[in-house]
Amino acid sequence: MPQQVLAQASSHSSPPATPQPPPPRLRQATRKQQEKDTQHREREPPPPPPPMAAVDENEDLIRAFAGMGGLGVDEAALVSAMGRWRMQPERRAQFRRSFHGFFSVSGGAAAGIERCEDEYLRHLEVEFARLKDAAVLWAMHPWERDARWAHHALHHHGGAPAGVALVEVACTRAADDLLGARRAYQALHHRSLEEDVAYLLKDPNAALLVGLVTAYRYEGERVSEELAAEEAKALAAAVVKASPAAKLVQNEQVVRILATRSKPQLRATFKIYKDLHGKPLEDDFVGEPCLQEAVRCLYSPPKYFAEVIGRAFMDDADRQAKAALTRVVVSRADVDMEEIKDAYAKQHGAKLVDAVASNTHGHYKDALLAMIGK
Amino acid sequence: MATLTVPAVVPPVAEDCEQLHKAFEGWGTNEKLIISVLAHRDAAHRRAIRRAYAEAYGKELLRALGDEIHGKFERAVILWTLEPAERDAVLANEEAKKWHPGGRALVEIACTRTPAQLFAARQAYHDRFKRSLEEDVAAHVTGDFRKLLVPLVSAYRYDGPEVNISLAHSEAKILHEKIHKKGYSDEEIIRILTTRSKAQLLATFNSYKDQFDHPINKDLKADPKDEFLATLRAIIRCFICPDRYFEKILRLALGGMGTDEDDLTRVIATRAEFDLKLIKEAYQKRNSVPLERAVAKDTTRDYEDILLALLGAE
Repeated sequence: MPQQVLAQASSHSSPPATPQPPPPRLRQATRKQQEKDTQHREREPPPPPPPMAAVDENEDLIRAFAGMGGLGVDEAALVSAMGRWRMQPERRAQFRRSFHGFFSVSGGAAAGIERCEDEYLRHLEVEFARLKDAAVLWAMHPWERDARWAHHALHHHGGAPAGVALVEVACTRAADDLLGARRAYQALHHRSLEEDVAYLLKDPNAALLVGLVTAYRYEGERVSEELAAEEAKALAAAVVKASPAAKLVQNEQVVRILATRSKPQLRATFKIYKDLHGKPLEDDFVGEPCLQEAVRCLYSPPKYFAEVIGRAFMDDADRQAKAALTRVVVSRADVDMEEIKDAYAKQHGAKLVDAVASNTHGHYKDALLAMIGK
Repeated sequence: MATLTVPAVVPPVAEDCEQLHKAFEGWGTNEKLIISVLAHRDAAHRRAIRRAYAEAYGKELLRALGDEIHGKFERAVILWTLEPAERDAVLANEEAKKWHPGGRALVEIACTRTPAQLFAARQAYHDRFKRSLEEDVAAHVTGDFRKLLVPLVSAYRYDGPEVNISLAHSEAKILHEKIHKKGYSDEEIIRILTTRSKAQLLATFNSYKDQFDHPINKDLKADPKDEFLATLRAIIRCFICPDRYFEKILRLALGGMGTDEDDLTRVIATRAEFDLKLIKEAYQKRNSVPLERAVAKDTTRDYEDILLALLGAE
């Protein structure tokens, strides 16, 4: 529900002269309750309408409370409002009355109090925590970071989101970093990563994921064009053979090629595939999100990460899509952030720093911009 | 544990290089000199000798050896001189390229080495062959064996003692069920054998014996000709009792008509600096003759000499 309020609120570009209409999904008081409320209110004089300056301030503070969309919380504005409205409880009450998504007027025992909407409280917790998450992740060793992500994905999500997180870690990290993550996982959880992946993910993607996670790819540049042509043909044959009963992600050849060949070798294979069939391999993997993502991650991590960041800024981005922004910036700041910036500019026609500056707030924004660099 | 004997005072590396160079000089080769140096140096020394030899004489020691000596003696000396990780990489590459269902080198490397040693072998494989081990195994092994061997060599198992007993019970049950249904290459069997830690596997096999009154390998003997079953049994034995596993390989290599020198060299060269002593004891126990005597009976000349030297028998 807060999403709808935010979407509505963010469409306003200038503060309105009159208070906004209540959003459609607020709890409707019963008829009896409404009559009681009107009676109660009629006994006292209505509060005076707030002056224009105060309305502006309210709008600013609503925005600061992540009430206008975007990520993060404007801590500076909050603190300044706390100082300005010192000893003015009525001023705060005016603010609560004008912040319809967060606070709602209720009758009965809580008459006269504008109480918080639970869902919005949870939303706010997440927004306040963005900076904390970014800071903690930034300080962690990359291997521990990856191990914790993998563990969290396996144990708290399972299914498709776990697959996505695992593919990202397994395919975009250098071979020694993937090994380091596996060692960190063992140190943290006294089991190997592949053990947990094989045991907890009993879906068709398991074979591919175990293969990707246990790979220790050769990192040299040596590529065999002959082998690439052969394997492009093998992949094409697998695509043709695929059916709902024999899924592509369980095809032995596909798993073997994607999970064992070196990245330069795979890129050569993908290129030949595109030349032969006029479309990139991931287009033929439609319906298999793990396979598509593996191909994208293996082919070009910067392109893949630029896409992930772009999705975080979209209007209908959910919590996971938005959390990805922190994850990508923190994990790639030291690795290939420049390439990601280039890829983002190509994909969205705008600079990444500008997109971050306009879509995020407060110290969270500052943290991201500091990590992204100019 | 190791049978390798190293002199109390090891000569300086330069002297060893000189001796080796002298052994290669002129017509013919002084094999005894080669053995007296190389077969009595540990891995660190051998590495230092190789480096110093290349610097001093501009030629790789292993290349020089290959030029001077031949046949099974050459194979034994070269395998021995390599460092453990490289040795495993070379053996793995040999087996992967010419793989056949009875091959055991890959199983041994994956199951008798510590996780760190297996990983070192994979790194050495990168350096030497410019490809990953799992790549080559996946490309050359087919069918059910590939489904088993690729995850087996790619594993980086947890190395510690922590065990989940109830998991061991439930996975023993799963193994029993799948074996009973003759689904030997079932995903669950492969998952358990190729991902669980050694401690967890041992607990699982113990639980199997407790629950079903006989060891798991007994249930894997349904068809004596089935090589896949034999491979599964080998994997399990490598975890439970590696010294008895190696003893059997040696017994079969030395017994009967002829000698399987590849197996003999492989076991002795790979275990001399680790647990060949335990294997010797197991051999004596099972065959009532010391291993050295059996080797001496079945091998000759320089090949015999180096094997006996590595067995600590000189």
